[in-house]
Amino acid sequence: MINWTALIVFVLLFGLVTWIGFIAAHWRRGDLTMLHEWGLGGRRFGTIVTWFLIGGDLYTAYTFIAVPALMFGAGAIGFFAVPYTVMIYPILYIVFPRLWSVAHKHGYVTSADFVRGRFGNRWLALAIACTGILATMPYIALQLVGIQVVLGAMGIETGGLSGDLPLIIAFVILAAFTYTSGLRAPAMIAIVKDLLIYITVIAAIIVVPLHLGGYGKMFAAIPPAKLLLAPPPAGSLGSFSAYATLALGSALALFLYPHSITGILSSSSARVVRRNAAALPAYSLMLGLLALVGFMAIAVGVQSMPEFAAGFKSYSNNFAVPALFLAIFPSWFVGVAFAAIAIGALVPAAIMSIATANTFTRNIYREFINPACTNAQESQMAKIVSLVIKAGALVFIFAIPFQFALYLQLLGGVWIIQTLPAVILGLYTRMLNGWALLIGWACGFCLGTWMAASVNFAPVYPLHIFGTTVPCYIALASLVVNVVVALVLSLALNAVSSDRHKDVTVAGDYA
Amino acid sequence: MSARPDEHLPARPVAWARLLLLIPFIAVLWVPFYNGVEPTWAGIPFFYWYQLLWIILSAAIIAFVYRLEH
Repeated sequence: MINWTALIVFVLLFGLVTWIGFIAAHWRRGDLTMLHEWGLGGRRFGTIVTWFLIGGDLYTAYTFIAVPALMFGAGAIGFFAVPYTVMIYPILYIVFPRLWSVAHKHGYVTSADFVRGRFGNRWLALAIACTGILATMPYIALQLVGIQVVLGAMGIETGGLSGDLPLIIAFVILAAFTYTSGLRAPAMIAIVKDLLIYITVIAAIIVVPLHLGGYGKMFAAIPPAKLLLAPPPAGSLGSFSAYATLALGSALALFLYPHSITGILSSSSARVVRRNAAALPAYSLMLGLLALVGFMAIAVGVQSMPEFAAGFKSYSNNFAVPALFLAIFPSWFVGVAFAAIAIGALVPAAIMSIATANTFTRNIYREFINPACTNAQESQMAKIVSLVIKAGALVFIFAIPFQFALYLQLLGGVWIIQTLPAVILGLYTRMLNGWALLIGWACGFCLGTWMAASVNFAPVYPLHIFGTTVPCYIALASLVVNVVVALVLSLALNAVSSDRHKDVTVAGDYA
Repeated sequence: MSARPDEHLPARPVAWARLLLLIPFIAVLWVPFYNGVEPTWAGIPFFYWYQLLWIILSAAIIAFVYRLEH
């Protein structure tokens, strides 16, 4: 049965952001036939816009659905999103203003641009570019899942061809305004999206505990096995090392994603990046509170309510948050909350598709296919690629089982972290050799993929170190191998023939 | 919108202050320290409020380092 009140509010809000998406082209007008204007908003975003943009970019709709769903299903281990979010901002503060500076100086639009300039090795740059595209594709597809779940929760049948229609409409809208407005569209929409998300989360963390009789009662309703991490068995670090490495590995990977780098490079100065490192944790707090919404769903008992049985059957634990909202809030507010989630999918999906389009155009098209292209051709190519990528994501979600998209997103994290030595270490030192980095990348990539496959695509692999079992996030374990290979080979290769002379950057570019 | 004149001045890195940024890492990576229910705060188990508190503390540390360097 369709929840009309919620649906009408939802459609109105969705219409509002569509309109904003199109008028954004005129905001701080620039020449949209230049790639840095279309794909980086002209590098002109100040502290506040950057705050909304990066916040809207990193805290995606999928996060809002999946983090509470993990808490709901698996308990305390799902809270690793909080230590992860604690660690990302010191990294942002220290490392990424350097990337901003060197990118500004040399006109770099992507991390692969930087690697190309720094190491003068087009094959290494190609590896970085392809990794970025590959890791982001399933991420875009997962944003669609967020929209699908809330549409289903409003009573729209999401199976079959007619059921796919609302999702197709949403994506056509997204594709159209990204094409015309570039990064300006998600930057402007992010402001609306974040306001809606804040309203929703604040309402949830106030209203639901009131309904339950306080946080104490809520936590009392959580089964002991879910309340804390299980103490490790003898001879193993158990869930402790799994929890810590998941948080650390995810934190190291986050800012390597093309969409994160797009958000950073679009800001107007390195100072804006640093200021945001101090201001963005406001979102983290929201994420932490949102994780608790998963527990609220347990305490309210949505799983045993007959009206939600069908929803859980279709969307499993991802249905926990929508079910909680339906159970607690009046229909009009359900519309607001669901619109927040759906619009929360559009913003990152737009930025991700722009970021992958920038990467393809700069580092594959211009480098390997048409080196003589004009700036206008380059920008046009990026616009078209952004459409292709979104169409690809749509096909992906319809043609491939949901579980598969999840596996690929997990692998995406394992893959993207392999670009860390070239991108992050490369910002600090030129002692690494381009070829050594490429071989290190290949080793990390293959090993990580193999480890993930061997544990049936769980994120954690049980390492055996001196007789102790250490469950470790695969991305982190494979990164260590990558770094060691890159270091050792660099020493060897530099002794034979150094490639340092190929570096087009100088020390002063990094401050 | 034109940037403020000081907008592109580089930060003056203060090494000891940057070391402070390591504290949040230690605080949240030492899992056995905080994997417990007691002491609860307003009904919230230690495991949860401790980690949420570190979001605020790490933001405060970053803001402090920023002030020092600009």
